[in-house]
Amino acid sequence: MLKKIRVGIAVVVLALITFFFLDFAGILPSGFNWLAKIQLVPALLSLNILVLLALVVTTFLFGRIYCSVICPLGIFQDLVGRISKLFRRKKKRYRYHKAQNILRWSVLILVVVSFLLGFNLLLGLLDPYSAYGRIVTTLFKPAYLAGNNLLESIFTSFNSYTFYKMDIAIRGLFVLIVGAVTFLAVGFLAWKYGRLYCNTICPVGTLLGFLSRFSFFKIRFDASSCNQCGLCELKCKGLCLDSKEQTIDYCRCVTCFNCMESCRHGALKYAPFTSSKKENTIIVSEPVDDGKRKFLSTLVVTSLTIPAVYAQKKTGIASDVKPFGRNTPLTPPGSISAENLLQHCTSCQLCISKCPTNVLKPAFLEYGLSGMMQPVMSFDKGFCNFNCTVCSNTCPNGAIKPLTVEEKHRTQVGRVVFIKENCIVTNRERSCGACSEHCPTQAVSMVPYKGWITIPSVNPDICIGCGGCEFVCPAPEKAIYVEGNKVHQLAKIVAEEEKEEKEVDGFGF
Amino acid sequence: MDRRNFLRAVALAGGAVAIASTKGAMDVMAQKVTNPQTGNTVDLVAVMGGEPDEMFKRGIAEMGGLSKFIKPDQKVTIKPNIGWDRTPELAGNTNPKLIAEIVRECFAAGAKEVTIFDHTCHEWTNCYKNSGIESAAKSAGAKVIPAHEESYYRNISLPHGKELKNAKIHEAILNCDVWINVPILKNHGGANMTISMKNHMGIVWDREIFHQKDLQQCIADICSLDKKPVLNVVDAYRVMKDNGPQGKSIADVVTPKGLFISQDIVAVDTAATKFFNQIREMPLDHVGHLSNGQALHLGTMDLDKLNIKRIKI
Repeated sequence: MLKKIRVGIAVVVLALITFFFLDFAGILPSGFNWLAKIQLVPALLSLNILVLLALVVTTFLFGRIYCSVICPLGIFQDLVGRISKLFRRKKKRYRYHKAQNILRWSVLILVVVSFLLGFNLLLGLLDPYSAYGRIVTTLFKPAYLAGNNLLESIFTSFNSYTFYKMDIAIRGLFVLIVGAVTFLAVGFLAWKYGRLYCNTICPVGTLLGFLSRFSFFKIRFDASSCNQCGLCELKCKGLCLDSKEQTIDYCRCVTCFNCMESCRHGALKYAPFTSSKKENTIIVSEPVDDGKRKFLSTLVVTSLTIPAVYAQKKTGIASDVKPFGRNTPLTPPGSISAENLLQHCTSCQLCISKCPTNVLKPAFLEYGLSGMMQPVMSFDKGFCNFNCTVCSNTCPNGAIKPLTVEEKHRTQVGRVVFIKENCIVTNRERSCGACSEHCPTQAVSMVPYKGWITIPSVNPDICIGCGGCEFVCPAPEKAIYVEGNKVHQLAKIVAEEEKEEKEVDGFGF
Repeated sequence: MDRRNFLRAVALAGGAVAIASTKGAMDVMAQKVTNPQTGNTVDLVAVMGGEPDEMFKRGIAEMGGLSKFIKPDQKVTIKPNIGWDRTPELAGNTNPKLIAEIVRECFAAGAKEVTIFDHTCHEWTNCYKNSGIESAAKSAGAKVIPAHEESYYRNISLPHGKELKNAKIHEAILNCDVWINVPILKNHGGANMTISMKNHMGIVWDREIFHQKDLQQCIADICSLDKKPVLNVVDAYRVMKDNGPQGKSIADVVTPKGLFISQDIVAVDTAATKFFNQIREMPLDHVGHLSNGQALHLGTMDLDKLNIKRIKI
């Protein structure tokens, strides 16, 4: 029964959070980002005390419920394990493994120390929620969009416009590689060894595992009923149940209830206390399996160095394509500054996936190594629409703080720069005005130039840096662009003119 | 569905059809009464002082009714300006009430289907929604279709164009039997005015080249395409006098309550510019695409030669 409830909740959570990432048409309202907000690392970074308290209390009461029904990467691994059963002739069997305590604590300490030193990349890479977000946006979303486009072409050929086409663009090669590597590595471990990732690498797993040692409810052996058949051990995907010793390593138990479900003698109970003697705890000083340890440490090291090596390779390319020299990268409205973004963002890609105009893309080295894959504004695909506050109201981490439409209208992420020498109007003496056309605040306005031809004139103080002008500028070398603000500013407003109603009596012709 | 409900539905549907057909017949008769076509055709109708739908009803009746331009069973496309994520009060987009009324009149004239689209500047779903056009048009029975991807467009050549020799045009224009051009009258930073001719940029995918070459000439060139709109209906109910075409605030908007209808695209834009000139100075020679259009024989700027019907409500 408990297992059925667990599976039921987990399936709903995974389906919803995955769909929330994929959903470009706004079928799930933006309020569904609570699914991201209840994740541990986002709650920690946004200092969401309520969620943190709830998670800690739940863990103290019931064990690692988080890992089995809230964490999308955890549920994803269960799904992979389930699928792997379909491809096996023999029944799937897990075996008890010793805890890789040195490795898991080293990873946690490394993550915490690097985070405290201001290097956020490691936390971002290993946070299970963010890792899953990257898998969904880089691998599942293109497939989802392709499916949408297929349906679109079928429906449109029958003259129905229920679906519309979507551009399938890879927004960042680096994030794609990270997403794919995560998918393969975690997927492989889940296929073979159940929740090994959660119990050896995942920093959240280690942390919650530590708490769950002391949890009130635990799965406990009833030694009198147990006939030592060992079925429970074969079903334990946490690899933490030793049927011979009748012990469970609670810091690795993800409360999946598989063991209880499998026991035919009711020898396993999820209970606050057992009447029987002392608690079954595990003694760590056992002979160490060196091969496995080496394998895992190699895995961690390679998964960390590959991106770093790749980063170095890409630097060379990035440096010679600097079209009009933006010195400061543009951070999304609501993110306050690159510094704030770096401190809070774990690059889950939710904002990037949700951005309706493809302005946000994963950074490469714009913010340095630590800010890789975090959202940066780029106007090659579109510009930031004046009334849009999607990214700020989606971010679960507090990296992009919520903005109202009115606040967004005044949030200056950067300031417009006009390069007169590049402009169509100066070079060809022809009308253009595309930049001003797209300017929501008229920070770029058209003023008389020669005869009836008009030329752009800029007022950076009232500019919000939306990039409409830069996106649309048709000049071969952009004549107008947005220079980022290190810290976002409040855009000035020109004193609102009185609305005067002109009386028009005649037609004028 | 049980038998009773089924029969009820059949009866209702039958009744609705009967009512619809009588209304159509009455409209045809009404047109004959209000506009006896005494050989003297009306080239341009200008209406003032009413609500958008009301003005269109009066204006199109003066033109001889929409059935003069649309034959039964034709596929009609209506091209409003839906370029911006703006509410109707801000006058960035064509008035939704006007669009709904035209859709209704199209169906009354026997149109098989009515399709609406625009290649927007802002994110298209928000433009369609917040302009009020999507819901107004859909409730009047029209199909509102996307235009945000290149695959919806096909390349055509413009043999008469001076600067622009070809362009990618939306399929809804290429596949329909007739199309109606329904811009809103606005000031424009680059082209100085945006009316019927400039509204053609919303049927085009690759607009960048317009700005690169010569905006005023390219606007005229795109209007030289073979499939010209069967009518141009200029919405001047609300007019954006400054900071166009997007506008900053309600202070940019005045409400002179005008409407202009003509088949002659240059004439209707000339008339609309002269109307605008009363709100804010706008000499005709500032709007270069008008004379460029006249040079391409798309129409005339000489309003005195035309039979203009002026109506004040």
